[in-house]
Amino acid sequence: MRKNSLVFLAGIVIVLALGFLMPWLLRNPFYFFAGYVVLQYVTIATGWNILGGYAGYINFGAAGFFGAGVYLSAFLFTTFGLPLPLCILAAAIVGAILGVLMGYLTLRIQGVYFAIATLGLVVVLETIVHNISGLGGASGMAVYGPRPPAWSPGPSQYNFTVMLVIAVVSVALARWVEISWIGRGLRAVRASEDAAECSGVPTLRLKLVACALSGAVLAAAGAPYPFYTSFVEPVTAFSLIIGLNAIAMPLIGGTRTWVGPVIGALLLASVQQIATVTISSELNILFVGAVLIAFVAFAPGGISDLFGRNKGRARS
Amino acid sequence: MLSIDILLNAIVTGILLGSVYASLALGLGITFGILHIPNIAHPTLVVAGAFFVYTLAQWGLDPIVAAVIGLVPFYLLGVVLYAFYSAVFERKGGANVLQSLTLFFGLSLVIEILLSLGFGSELKSVSVSYIGSSLKLGVLTVPYRLLIPALLAPVTIAAVWFYLSRTNSGTAIRAVAHEERALSIAGLNPASVKRHAFGIATATAVIAGAALIMVGPIEPFAGRYQIGRVFAIVVLAGMGSIPGSLVIAIIIGIAEALVSSYLNPSWSPGVAFAILLLGLALRPQGLFGAAR
Repeated sequence: MRKNSLVFLAGIVIVLALGFLMPWLLRNPFYFFAGYVVLQYVTIATGWNILGGYAGYINFGAAGFFGAGVYLSAFLFTTFGLPLPLCILAAAIVGAILGVLMGYLTLRIQGVYFAIATLGLVVVLETIVHNISGLGGASGMAVYGPRPPAWSPGPSQYNFTVMLVIAVVSVALARWVEISWIGRGLRAVRASEDAAECSGVPTLRLKLVACALSGAVLAAAGAPYPFYTSFVEPVTAFSLIIGLNAIAMPLIGGTRTWVGPVIGALLLASVQQIATVTISSELNILFVGAVLIAFVAFAPGGISDLFGRNKGRARS
Repeated sequence: MLSIDILLNAIVTGILLGSVYASLALGLGITFGILHIPNIAHPTLVVAGAFFVYTLAQWGLDPIVAAVIGLVPFYLLGVVLYAFYSAVFERKGGANVLQSLTLFFGLSLVIEILLSLGFGSELKSVSVSYIGSSLKLGVLTVPYRLLIPALLAPVTIAAVWFYLSRTNSGTAIRAVAHEERALSIAGLNPASVKRHAFGIATATAVIAGAALIMVGPIEPFAGRYQIGRVFAIVVLAGMGSIPGSLVIAIIIGIAEALVSSYLNPSWSPGVAFAILLLGLALRPQGLFGAAR
């Protein structure tokens, strides 16, 4: 494991260095505008996978956590002028609290009920935001983002770099969970919750930890969004496509390891970025939905399983 | 005494709304409550049913007649859906709940988008002579567009309940969920019994769809706002308790009507989920279900 960790660390350094250098090498800001969305989905897919992939608890409410992060950071920035890193941190903390609350109410029963309850989270949060006039209600609110610092050539590039850091931290977190005792426990929960409970695995506590971490990453993914679009409104902040992609990307890439969601997100988000430019967003959702059904039905292990990387591992 | 008027009207509206919700939840009561298949695409199938009724109503047909015609194609749709579901999952020895949830999630998205591509995303409604006016009883004002769909629900529920409890094939449906192997020992094919049950559940969606589009205009993505209600109803009624679902649906309907007349209508979508979450936390076996 130690050698793998060194390779992983080197990978992180290279990716980050490239991320900070690229804005000076590539002149067209559109690449960073599109790249932001891809990285946002890498973060969302990674965050979702901590609970959905490792523990096998499906969260349909990723958009709820994401939207909570979007609105919290928009509120903190416009009202108190909090700097961006603190907004992201606050979003992560609130996302973790939301995850624990959600888990505490529903995880003691069965996976199905948890999944159904998460469907409701989005509706409930969207209803609340709709009714708070301080957050702009249904008509939304404008957010004028911070001026990009001197080391970044423009706002698109700056947002891209911020999102890259969030994505890298999330992936590192997911990898740490995977190789630590938490990941082993969660895999036991996924394989057989009753057996895990009987052998002394603290299943409820592990699931709550996973809920908190997953919620934190999902909400953090939303925190820079108000500065990216300069405008937030409930329909896009709690958008269906976020909840859909959060599930589709890990399932397509593979849910066993941290690599799967990253592959799935890079692939699917890039295709979608090209597709939204060329075809309608409705066909975009149709495409993702069809691919999701195909993978669930015919290749439940995802792409990383298809290529035999993890053939030796136990299937649940 | 104006507030008493408002209260009475809210309660009556709530009872009628609840009755409509019960018909929406009926199909899920069969698939999820009895067969334990988490069909989260059911509300979307109801919306598809509403669009089916809308299409026939455009040709001048009565919505209720249109719904009765729709029973056959929707039964067949349900059979096909179950055949696909079982071909994918059950041959691998029992379906993984989480995978089937994801499958139905993807399915409902595909149906929504197809509806929106086919009909556009504007609101659609049906107009019939008998749903325009209101019935006035003293201080009560009951619009017919709510009363007639609300009367449809108890009739459908009674029919389904009679079928499930009094006929042989209905008993087989209840038995297949209980003990699949015993059923196959008794000489019945569990797969075909389940396929039939799924077909019936999907057929109820077109009746619910007719009720929904009579109550108010509808758009392709309307199913999303019903998911909370229908699951709250099925789960809180106690899995498989179909008469219980009518009671819970009415409780939810009254709660929503009270919230929208005393607080604000924009709060009401959250009510059912709040009730569901509280119910799950306090009494996970449902109000009418036996302890597991």
